[in-house]
Amino acid sequence: MGTKRKSFSFFASEFKKFFKFFLSELKPKGKILTPFNIITGIIMLTGAILLVIRFAFGLGTITNLSQDYPWGLWIGFDVITGVAFAGGAYVLTFIVYIMRVEKYHPIIRVTVLNGFLAYVFYAGALLLDLGRPWNVINPIIGNSFGVSSVLFLVAWHFLLYMLAEFIEFSPAAAEWLGWKKIRKVLTTLTLGTVIFGITLSTLHQSGLGALYLMAKSKIHPLWYTEFIPILFFVSSIFAGLSMVIFEGSISHKVFKHRISHEIHKSHNDIVIGLSKICAGAMFVYIFLKALVFIHGKQWIYLNSGWGAWFLIEIIVFVLVPCFLFIKGYQSKKINLIKISAVLTLVGIILNRLNVSVIAFKWYEAVRYYPTWMEIVVTLAVISAEIWVFRWIVNRMPILSDMPDWAKRQDQLGEIEIVTQKTESSKWKVSIT
Amino acid sequence: MDRRNFLTTVGMAVGATFIGGNAKASENVEMMGILIDTTKCLGCRSCEYSCAEVNKLPEPSDDSDELYKSLRKTSENSWTVVNRFEVNGNEIFVKEQCMHCAQPACAAACLTKAMYKTKEGPVVWDGSKCMGCRFCMISCPFDVPKFEYFSANPKISKCVMCWERLEKGELPACAENCPTEAVVFGKRSDLIHEANRRIYSESDSYVKHIYGEHEVGGTGVLYLSSVPFEKLKFRNDLGNDAYPELTKEFLYAVPVILTLFPAFLLALSNSTKREKSLTESEGGNGH
Repeated sequence: MGTKRKSFSFFASEFKKFFKFFLSELKPKGKILTPFNIITGIIMLTGAILLVIRFAFGLGTITNLSQDYPWGLWIGFDVITGVAFAGGAYVLTFIVYIMRVEKYHPIIRVTVLNGFLAYVFYAGALLLDLGRPWNVINPIIGNSFGVSSVLFLVAWHFLLYMLAEFIEFSPAAAEWLGWKKIRKVLTTLTLGTVIFGITLSTLHQSGLGALYLMAKSKIHPLWYTEFIPILFFVSSIFAGLSMVIFEGSISHKVFKHRISHEIHKSHNDIVIGLSKICAGAMFVYIFLKALVFIHGKQWIYLNSGWGAWFLIEIIVFVLVPCFLFIKGYQSKKINLIKISAVLTLVGIILNRLNVSVIAFKWYEAVRYYPTWMEIVVTLAVISAEIWVFRWIVNRMPILSDMPDWAKRQDQLGEIEIVTQKTESSKWKVSIT
Repeated sequence: MDRRNFLTTVGMAVGATFIGGNAKASENVEMMGILIDTTKCLGCRSCEYSCAEVNKLPEPSDDSDELYKSLRKTSENSWTVVNRFEVNGNEIFVKEQCMHCAQPACAAACLTKAMYKTKEGPVVWDGSKCMGCRFCMISCPFDVPKFEYFSANPKISKCVMCWERLEKGELPACAENCPTEAVVFGKRSDLIHEANRRIYSESDSYVKHIYGEHEVGGTGVLYLSSVPFEKLKFRNDLGNDAYPELTKEFLYAVPVILTLFPAFLLALSNSTKREKSLTESEGGNGH
């Protein structure tokens, strides 16, 4: 009894401490009334008001969605494009934890955090688009598993991947809170969740493309192919890495005060390395596109406005940045690489929007275009993500060095393994 | 068998299926369907009125001349519409509604099984499961499911072949109220039989094509026409494969990747690790 009460009061005081710490950390750091804060603040406020209207009176009140265009900007950009941009996390965890390329270790945390937040906010934006969101739990807990649906797979994978990303990121949170024992446990989970996360990513990055397989008669033949899932998967590799390059160069300026010496020192080396991977993945993508183009005899569609639009997407936003990535790493021009990263990102936006919105029902007389309100809500989602990202980066060791005790813990962990091994080998020796 | 006899037989078959044998013989229920003979349709739109009445939809406008000036689509307020086409100087009326596919894309797309195909044939919707994602609308090759965009509690709405009436042994409202037997309800196999009989006995009045017999793997609703179906704005590019087949290959790949990838990644990670700990333990020995 006595020990129980003791442990209870121990937890109570620990909780109180945590709560106080958490409250003190909630306060913003730095100036509040910056132009960025004011603008994004207004956008988020407007977005919130619009969402109240949307949930009270229906989707049609603030969107241009129609019976012919059931999915618009919120799905086509927020979810489909946003998730492709978040692909950097699974590619980089593969490189760092599976291939153990230590060169990229300094940016793994910020990339995983970005991936996690992107899923929370952009996949979360799916909720805004649901007509009957109170039933969203049905495919998860209900007895109504629509296993024949690609969206069922995507929904489950979003959820599980968010969990995996959270676990991958959690040691940083434990370091921030000073939870030494918990951190030790959490770090042992990393490899398992990384493996799980890469598998999930492969499936749902391609799954997002597979969503459109049944829209065969609705998507322009230049964009519809049974290889959409594979194209979506391959393009998510260079989409994600281009986003890592793009975000990294912004973070470098904005979070100058937080950036560790290690990240600063290795930044250029990492960017050049990433541009090589991007160029490689883009080459594979172009090759696949060419195969689809030839097998599908798609040249018969080229002589039209759609053909020109298709060529712009492929040449200006895939071929050209691929070439620039190669030029960039050969001549070690970081700015050139950054430009091609931006071009690549625009290309991904174009590609995803072409499949989901622009070339979708291309034959329809009345086309869909988003209302200003849909755009504001999208911007509000992005702003909210940036605010949370900034809050975390300013507090947790994401870009900055981890605390010394955590470093020691990692080293100790390795030494423990080593000593175990040497002991067991000694034991073997003594037997013989 | 003349048409009256055919109808009576069909009616009795329906009765037997839904009243008598529902509990016992439910395993071997034959798929029901609707045969729409566009050569017999006068464009009176009785089907539209009765559909609206039975399904508690707003009453359709009675200004047919005005309505026929443009091609209408079904909507959340009108689950069936009749359109007028002018082909070679002849007026042809075409009733549109859900096709009730044998293997519906909408049901395959639904992640909560809110949209599903009953074994008797109608494709119906269950609001207690639906989360309003509208993936059924993306997937349906005929653009049938409609969504209530101006409601806080929106429903997916479409023709359900008067499912509740069928359960009571009644005919779908449109079939019951068609004055010219342009809309006939019955077992799909019987309807195909009857459609072929019409095509061969009155070969001058029909093209040799039952739309829906093979399209998208077969549909519950079948059409007969005197002119090629393209001229009535029917899509002829949908193919004869059932739509769920389009995602089948991807879905088959899922369990393969889900089991092979982790094993492969673990092996890869172990192979990169072993080299490292070897060098480290050597270093450890040196101490």
